[in-house]
Amino acid sequence: MLLVVEQFLNGLQFGLLLFLLAAGLTLVFGIMDFVNLAHGSLYMMGAYFAATFAAWTGSFLLGALLALGATLVLGIVLEMSALRHLYGRDHLDHVLATFGLILFFNEAVRLIWGPAGLALPLPAWLTVPVPILPGIHYPAYRLAIIAVALLVALLLYLGVMRTRIGMLIRAGASNREMIGALGINIKLLYTLVFGLGAALAGLAGLMQAPILTVQIGMGENILILAFVIIVIGGIGSIRGAFLAAIFVGMIDTLGRAFLPNLLRQVLSGAAASTAAPALSSMLIYLLMAIVLVVRPEGLFPANRR
Amino acid sequence: MKAFTVSKAVTALMLAGLVLLPLYSQLSGNIFILTLLTRIVILALAAASLNLIMGFGGMMSFGHAAYLGIGGYAVGMLAQEGIGSGFIQFPVALAASAIYGLVIGALSLRTRGVYFIMITLAFAQMAYYVASGLARYGGDDGLTVYKRSDFSGLIDLGNRTQFYYLCLACLFGVIFLIWRIVNSRFGLVVQGLRSNEQRMQAIGFPAKRYQLVCFVISGTMCGLAGALLANNTDFVSPAMMYWTRSGDLMVMVILGGMGTLFGPVMGAVVFLLLEEFLSQITEYWALIMGPLLLLIVLFGRGGIMGMLGRAGRG
Repeated sequence: MLLVVEQFLNGLQFGLLLFLLAAGLTLVFGIMDFVNLAHGSLYMMGAYFAATFAAWTGSFLLGALLALGATLVLGIVLEMSALRHLYGRDHLDHVLATFGLILFFNEAVRLIWGPAGLALPLPAWLTVPVPILPGIHYPAYRLAIIAVALLVALLLYLGVMRTRIGMLIRAGASNREMIGALGINIKLLYTLVFGLGAALAGLAGLMQAPILTVQIGMGENILILAFVIIVIGGIGSIRGAFLAAIFVGMIDTLGRAFLPNLLRQVLSGAAASTAAPALSSMLIYLLMAIVLVVRPEGLFPANRR
Repeated sequence: MKAFTVSKAVTALMLAGLVLLPLYSQLSGNIFILTLLTRIVILALAAASLNLIMGFGGMMSFGHAAYLGIGGYAVGMLAQEGIGSGFIQFPVALAASAIYGLVIGALSLRTRGVYFIMITLAFAQMAYYVASGLARYGGDDGLTVYKRSDFSGLIDLGNRTQFYYLCLACLFGVIFLIWRIVNSRFGLVVQGLRSNEQRMQAIGFPAKRYQLVCFVISGTMCGLAGALLANNTDFVSPAMMYWTRSGDLMVMVILGGMGTLFGPVMGAVVFLLLEEFLSQITEYWALIMGPLLLLIVLFGRGGIMGMLGRAGRG
């Protein structure tokens, strides 16, 4: 029982983190029609910034805030200096250019911070276990991640659905030329959206940093998970990304936790312990394959034109 | 059209280099050149196979390194189990790649565009994780291939020069095959599908079936490159199919010139020589390579072949 609740919450927490990453990716794709492989690099930069700033200031929260600002600025600089020239090009060009950026960021990090990973220690008040149910404790920091991510998701929803900028973003997603013709400064809007996506990726990176080590290439595996989420949820759809992210986070976490035991009941011990790690890492891809067979456009396609 | 163009001259020069340089390496005793060239030729073969679906078929696969891994693991795993004959290893490598291509292609081709890029990437990553989970075959650490494929005296893969020329023969064979495919009725249909799938379908061609066959052929060719690569490095590991390798292959194709016969070979030669050159200048070679890629995308349309073509027209 204890394990089930704990793994369930872990899955939720991982899913929400994936959502932060996938939301930025799907926003940028939905509005600018831009495929950004370097999104994972922004996630990595968020973690490195947080580790560095936290060490400088001596405060975790201050470090996190500074890191958030830094990734926002980095995203905006990146967009203005290089990526905006790629809008309207073939998707293949996007893939290649941002692939080049990944190489650059990985190497730059190696040069600046060295090949060894960094650690981002948590302040004492975030490491205490919190009783959530009678007899069940859960780490405060993971609860904090769930709270922050849910809050961000809510703000994102309200921001996109209820504000003027959100209205422009939605308008831009459904018809780019039209809102330009109506006198909206699209360039500025694009830069803003890209910066927002970068900040979301940075937030996911810096929140994940204390749980895993901060290391080169940390953004790449999780980026591919974000792709899977977008494919399952439907490109350009924030709601789809949210539901698919929670789904994928749960399946991945619960699969890794419980699949070995389940297999052991069906197969012999040796066969089960060989098959389990491979099978549990395949689970979400199998899920994606099933979704593709049933609904090639994803579960919640954003704009049917 | 002129019979002699700049791009043709450069291509001929490059091919002559690939054929003759090993002789120089043999005479001068400079083994390094031969090792580098073998790697280039094998990856050029992989790039050429990717070009078949990407350049001619318009299918942007971001998971082509998976076939390198599957071909390589087929050789490595059979060798581990004591089956050293190349006459078994290579057909198994090709068949395994073809089956993987058939399954992945059938699923991925349900989508198009960006979805296709992301899905091929995700499936290749799945193959990567599966290989990492193979505890019996080294898991994450990979698997040493203690004995190269044995072709019972026909050709000795342990001999560097013989192995190089085998790889080169495979490369030329594959390019010849691609040339025949592209100019066949089948190839014309596939290229028609790249230009306008709806019209082709309206004329009555079963679009997905043609694309799937093309996808499988390309994957099988790349599986051959994987089997050769395993013999070249005497080692297979999940890193062979890490997604950056797929990215490298894509870069080679685009750098050389998509949809040209020898472009991918040119791309592989330039990319790997550049990598070698930069890594000798600085340990942080990717710091230069990354922005260089960005610049190539921004300004160099049509790759090297395209640029040479423009230079030829003056």
